Amino acid sequence: MLSKIVRTVANQLVLFILIFGLYVIAHGHLTPGGGFQGGAVVVSGVVMLLVAFSSQDLKKSVRERVLSIMESTGALIFAILGFAGLGTVFFYNFLVGSPIFGRIPPTGPNSGDFWTGGFIPLMNFAVGLKVIAGLSAVVLAIALFARGEEMEE
Amino acid sequence: MRRAIGLILLLVLAAFLVSGMLLVHPFGAPYPTDMDDYIIENAQNQTGSNSVVASVVFDYRGLDTLGEATILFTAVTGVLLLLRAQKRKEGGS
Repeated sequence: MLSKIVRTVANQLVLFILIFGLYVIAHGHLTPGGGFQGGAVVVSGVVMLLVAFSSQDLKKSVRERVLSIMESTGALIFAILGFAGLGTVFFYNFLVGSPIFGRIPPTGPNSGDFWTGGFIPLMNFAVGLKVIAGLSAVVLAIALFARGEEMEE
Repeated sequence: MRRAIGLILLLVLAAFLVSGMLLVHPFGAPYPTDMDDYIIENAQNQTGSNSVVASVVFDYRGLDTLGEATILFTAVTGVLLLLRAQKRKEGGS
């Protein structure tokens, strides 16, 4: 546990880090970045909390079961989306042209529309969920293991 | 006898590696760009994604990303399995 100044600043900053991470995940089909990168940004916020506060404080609010379910859900959504277009080919982008994320942008530079990309935004969300949960679980497990403890079930 | 077999295997391996070194793409020579041109021209139309990198990662080469996700899943599972506190191990077994 660090000083009160560090704890206060970390408390305020973590919101902005979360928002930036979610922005990177949500705009993965328009700008550089995506699920992995945005998830890593969010996990860097978790690491900041872990440094500023003690690992016992985070242990109270994060449970291993929740992280496991989050990660498995992300992996399942990813695999299901991959198999959903199996009628044409594995990982076929079946959502292009549909009302959900189905708009097709003009070829070449354009201003960008959020409702484009087919299933790529959904894939980004799935991978982001998976990376957030998985890397947070790893970081927390290592930090708690250093103190000879473990996460709450 | 074993020494002879080992020597032959060593020579075969050395020939393989040297041939690989000799057959490597000449430094600075341009690579064929058919695949790049196809993806750059058609990615926005076929996948609807402005970020061509995202369309390659999640659509054209989605199978590789599935493998990547599996690796992450396996790594997390292994870490969570191994980094248990000691007392549970003693109580369980």
